[in-house]
Amino acid sequence: MQVTRAERPLARDIDNRSLIDARHDRIFQRVLKFCALLVLAALLGAALSTLWGGREVLFGHGLHFLTSDTWNPVTDDYGALAPIFGTLVTSVIALVLAVPVSFGIAIFLTEIAPAWMRGPVSAAIELLAGIPSIIYGMWGLFVFVPFMANIEPALSNILGRLPLIGQLFQGPPLGLGLLTAGIVLAVMILPFISSVMREVFQTVPTRLKESSYALGSTTWEVLWDIVLPYTRSAVIGGIFLGLGRALGETMAVTFVLGNSYNITSSLLMPGTSISSSIANEFNEAVGIHRSALIALGFLLFVVTFVVLLVARLMLHQLAKREGK
Amino acid sequence: MSAAGIYLRRRITNVGALIFGSLATALGLLFLVWILWVTISNGISSIHLNLFTKITAYADQGGLSNAIVGSLIMDLMALLICAPIGVMAGTYLAEYANRTKLGSSIRFLNDILLSAPSIVMGLFVYVIIVLPMSNMTHGNISFSGFAGSVALALIGLPVIVRTTDEMLQLVPGTLREAALSLGVPQWKLTIQVLIRAASSGILTGILLALARLAGETAPLLFTAFGNNFMTFHPLDKMASLPIAIYQYTNDPSPAMHSIAWAGALLITLFVLALSLLTRLLFSRKKVSYE
Repeated sequence: MQVTRAERPLARDIDNRSLIDARHDRIFQRVLKFCALLVLAALLGAALSTLWGGREVLFGHGLHFLTSDTWNPVTDDYGALAPIFGTLVTSVIALVLAVPVSFGIAIFLTEIAPAWMRGPVSAAIELLAGIPSIIYGMWGLFVFVPFMANIEPALSNILGRLPLIGQLFQGPPLGLGLLTAGIVLAVMILPFISSVMREVFQTVPTRLKESSYALGSTTWEVLWDIVLPYTRSAVIGGIFLGLGRALGETMAVTFVLGNSYNITSSLLMPGTSISSSIANEFNEAVGIHRSALIALGFLLFVVTFVVLLVARLMLHQLAKREGK
Repeated sequence: MSAAGIYLRRRITNVGALIFGSLATALGLLFLVWILWVTISNGISSIHLNLFTKITAYADQGGLSNAIVGSLIMDLMALLICAPIGVMAGTYLAEYANRTKLGSSIRFLNDILLSAPSIVMGLFVYVIIVLPMSNMTHGNISFSGFAGSVALALIGLPVIVRTTDEMLQLVPGTLREAALSLGVPQWKLTIQVLIRAASSGILTGILLALARLAGETAPLLFTAFGNNFMTFHPLDKMASLPIAIYQYTNDPSPAMHSIAWAGALLITLFVLALSLLTRLLFSRKKVSYE
């Protein structure tokens, strides 16, 4: 007589067991997948919810919102030009200052510093990224603004007389303003850019550098002609990463920007930015005003999303070549 | 130009670049020391017992006790929300979707979420939680500690997803094969072998997330709002250290400023201690949080 599997208790037990295991595995995988999809939902939700919250202004006022520089809660007339201008100008100042300094730090950490110094110094630079932005804001307002107010007259005297860029440095020495905010932002994004640069500089194959040294290159020539071209896309990615940070930073700039809806040619004048407008006004805003602020948030999210997308794609390119 | 001239120029450029690099590093360190010194020196002189016993309602005669409690509650709730989700999402990326299209796109977008502006996360939570709650309860419940926690959780989530993903990928494949060959189902393997093997790394990620969200102000502005009185109820408006610092800094009174500095010192010490702890806990591999 043939014994079927079902009649053998042990085999049936194993069959049942693997069926149960398979079911548990499926459930487990689904739960995990659901959690992973929540990451997508967070991004999509942030975009859609701000689009929805700002619909009255985005769809109601349309192009006027993007092209007008008036911001008047009394007449409910809102244009985003001044905040956009402030966000862009402060971020550009931050990049102009932070990129060369970050490059210098990366040079120091990969080429100049003795081995025992590299760990502690890079850890210290990365601490800058760990300091909460509200601390930057307080330091900015109570310490750095008075400091800037002291050096701005000298700045106007020296740089203000130059042709072309002279205009940028003319104005009252308030301490507050676009330049101050840009400098604070530069300090904040420094660690991000320099750590990306340092990391990718270390990925350059030693034989490339050694070949160049063997031909008689100086350290600088190796950096400029070998290391930088090899890591170009990732370095640009790191810079964009810093830009993305600078665009969205809120608390640090809110304190030092001066909160005024100006579009001026002088960097010493107070201004506003998208994030600081939202932070300053949101809790007092009602109706269309609130909708306009959420619409600003939508603009900010879209712009930073695109910038960060470019950053990650650029960073990816080097990783791909590395065969990761 | 003569050969010697060219050589001299190259050497000068080189020395110039090396000096520039050293100066740039010194500048970076200078700013770090400057900011820390200002925070510590202003903070220490304002640390006072009142800080921990009195609430913010007494203004310059008061302390920050409700803000400290509010921050602790919201940070903890945020971790309770984002740690399980983040660990599970990171596990999915590393174990189930490592080489799939879905996995790499989620990993990619998670990196974007990591640097997304935190104020937008505040607006997001305002639109999906604060507004609906206010509409449903006719304004009885609007801003709440719960909403603040969700906003903070959104800040912490990508950090945890990323570190969990990275740490699980460091677990050697032989461990998986050994367990699977014993007939262990995948879910048991994941929970009892892989997560356990990577536990110190995952814990590092959770602590990093805590360090990151503990200092956040912008996402709390229009979610938890702030409260001058002590509350433990998650559906009340809730005070928090960053918001209290923000309000006190905006106040013209120097006495308020000194309380703000004390709060700033507390947050800075907390965040820096956490990042030191994570370094000690997991010094084998650097965890990046850019």
